[in-house]
Amino acid sequence: MSWSSLIPATSFMPIQATEIAKEVDLLYAFLIISSLVSFVILIGGMTWFLIKFKRTSLDQKSAYITHNNFAEFLWSFIPLVIMMGIFYWGMVIFEKLRTPPEDIAAEIHVTAEQWAWTYRYANGKEFYSSANDPMIVPAGKATKLILTSKDVIHSFYVPAFRTKQDAVPGKLTQLWFEPKQAGEYIVFCTEYCGTKHSGMMIKIKAIPSEEYAAWYHAEKKGADSPADLGKTLFAQKACASCHSIDGARIVGPTMKGLFGSSRKFADGSQAKADENYLRESILVSSAKIVEGYPPAMPVFQGQLSDEDVANLIEYIKSIK
Amino acid sequence: MSSAHTKTEHGHADHNYLNHGSGIWSWMTTLDHKRIGLMYFATVATLFLIGGFFALGIRLHLAKFGAEPLLDPDTYNKFMTFHGAIMVFMVIIPGIPAFLGNFVLPIQLGAKDVAFPRLNLASYYIFIAGALIAASSMIFNQVDTGWTFYTPYSTAKTSNGVILLVLGAFTMGFSSILTGLNFIVTTHKLRAPGMTMDRIPLMIWALYSTSIIQILATPILAITLLLIGAEKTLGVGIFDPDLGGDPVLFQHFFWFYSHPAVYIMILPAMGVISELITAFSKKTIFGYRAIAYSSVAIAAVSFLVWGHHMFVSGQSTLAGIVFSIITMFVGVPTAIKLFNWISTMYRGTVTFEAPMLFALGFMFLFTIGGLTGVFLASTGMDVHFHDTYFVVAHFHYVMVGGTLMALMGGIYYWFPKMFGRMTSDLGGRISWVLIFTGFNVTFFPQFVLGAMGMPRRYFDYLPEYTNLNQISTVGSWLIGLGFLVGLITIIHGIFKGEKASDNPWGAKTLEWQTSSPPPHENFTTTPTVTAGPYDFR
Repeated sequence: MSWSSLIPATSFMPIQATEIAKEVDLLYAFLIISSLVSFVILIGGMTWFLIKFKRTSLDQKSAYITHNNFAEFLWSFIPLVIMMGIFYWGMVIFEKLRTPPEDIAAEIHVTAEQWAWTYRYANGKEFYSSANDPMIVPAGKATKLILTSKDVIHSFYVPAFRTKQDAVPGKLTQLWFEPKQAGEYIVFCTEYCGTKHSGMMIKIKAIPSEEYAAWYHAEKKGADSPADLGKTLFAQKACASCHSIDGARIVGPTMKGLFGSSRKFADGSQAKADENYLRESILVSSAKIVEGYPPAMPVFQGQLSDEDVANLIEYIKSIK
Repeated sequence: MSSAHTKTEHGHADHNYLNHGSGIWSWMTTLDHKRIGLMYFATVATLFLIGGFFALGIRLHLAKFGAEPLLDPDTYNKFMTFHGAIMVFMVIIPGIPAFLGNFVLPIQLGAKDVAFPRLNLASYYIFIAGALIAASSMIFNQVDTGWTFYTPYSTAKTSNGVILLVLGAFTMGFSSILTGLNFIVTTHKLRAPGMTMDRIPLMIWALYSTSIIQILATPILAITLLLIGAEKTLGVGIFDPDLGGDPVLFQHFFWFYSHPAVYIMILPAMGVISELITAFSKKTIFGYRAIAYSSVAIAAVSFLVWGHHMFVSGQSTLAGIVFSIITMFVGVPTAIKLFNWISTMYRGTVTFEAPMLFALGFMFLFTIGGLTGVFLASTGMDVHFHDTYFVVAHFHYVMVGGTLMALMGGIYYWFPKMFGRMTSDLGGRISWVLIFTGFNVTFFPQFVLGAMGMPRRYFDYLPEYTNLNQISTVGSWLIGLGFLVGLITIIHGIFKGEKASDNPWGAKTLEWQTSSPPPHENFTTTPTVTAGPYDFR
């Protein structure tokens, strides 16, 4: 936006590598301007009174003014309206930051640990990160990260994308971004995680999407994709004895079309089946019982590794 | 209230609370709130010097002046932890309520002492015990978790020193609760005849609101800290995901206390500022009720905003939005106070002695701190700024710039009453210039660093952040020098200061109607109050 570039303070912001970054910076510019105006009103007003009403002689008398209802109403009401506006503006951006689009070109499972990141692609490509082994993503298309951590809480922060999400052990969180152009972008860890917290830096390298497709399919690491591994596990753990994959109703709900569907639970609540829901249902199925089904599934907590769970989720996602 | 409205006589000038008993034992066993206040002063000032030492160490390291880093990563993390824990739990939280509050509150109410003098002394020793337990973690098993003790880092990945530090904070929490209780009962029960609730000074309203938060919120911290200890020693598995716990639950518990704690720090500062602005404008405070009730409003809303520390923690988007809107509401009573203070100066007769300079410095720094708080309350904006130097700059402007400016202003203001002597006004002004300039040089560049993306708690950083970090470090030396000058001014004042009159500033509240220093039980005759607290006619 052109007028926001008039504000020198926005020039301190990192490059705007996504559309959302532009929107964030516009709000930032607005906040800078409104803060400057407020500051001038408050501190300027104060300074003016200090000069004008400086005591000059010992017998000077102050005016006796106790309050003024109209002025007090105005300076309570006006800030309230402005702050509600800022709240709303921030909320609109926040929802965009938090809601990935339907068409995701790359989906990467990211696992944080002291002090590195591992990223695993849907076809099984896997990297143990370091600064010279960047996370490759397609430029101009949306990438979704599914984050977790092996040990303590870390946080995945890409200044150029103005986005950030904690990676919490025992939980899946998500983050998405769509870099406008090819380029390299720095990723910091922003949740304090011990000795090498500040050294836990990687890069995201966005490459043109044709190049990305070629890279993605070339020299596939490992024989099986996570979804394939999940399929094997699904058979090993005898999941199919209760969950059909073709839509048939047996003991438990079918896996067909489950991911992304809206679930209704026995207690009347509702939720969308996302990664975190699947994870929870696999590990402790009793947490949310789908309406109309018995609470029959055993607890898998402690029997499946994080990787197993991620693989199962990928398999379930593939059953459309 | 003007002296015409109060019937007080001065005690014998040669007999006061300072020489009421002599020897160190008479101090250690004193039940006099004024002496206990001064004992807190000495303790908090010592702890402030230790916390300041760690601060200067952190800044010196981050300046990267030498080829070799000054600290290794683990030492740096420990410096960062002790700096935060000492400054928050042992300096800023107890600073104004326990020190200035203890000294001033009963006199301003026209009371002989607090409601429970023995409990007051016990609170002091509990505080000392807590500080010693916490300090012992500096010797055994140093802690590197940061003052927030986030799990599972604190429970699963670091030394057992955490247990000592949280046990210390737990113990100091009792001191905080008991002091709060004492203040609430004193305010309700021991007001002088004629002092209705709408005639109590605004300092009291602020301390009263603070006390409510202390009583309601501190137990939550206590339980949370105990759970960390239990998790570490017994492996109960409430926060540790390996044991089926939820690490984010800890953050909910922690901020449910620690966010209101921010107001435990800032509300008393606002009380001090209300006193200073009216006294040095020689004018009735503008909108007494609005300031008083806005303190209570801030205290109430402070309990509902903790989730704004967790916008990126994985809590639901809806929760983030709800916490964001409630957080915005805090801005309103805060703005009301600023407008009221400024209006108090309108058509007043303003003078600029050292305490007033600190009050004006508070207004300046707090305005910047408050406005940048709006940036962080806005969800879409906070995602970028969360856990960066922008946050570090913001809370230093509010907590340190705000609270410490008020604390320094309060010390210079009530010093004549405490010691019966004046501090050198020049010394006070020099310390003000250094501290005020230093704060801005230190922390303003950190807003820019945060916008550029530099995360907090970083031992090392990208080369493009170097210049601003170096400027920030130079600023920290100015602050250090400013406090050193302040300390010298205070020590000089205690021993060599000019004799103070009973009411050197011409203020109206009750503490200025008794002698300087006051007699053992504050007033020789119980004062009677017939008008509001700031009746400058």
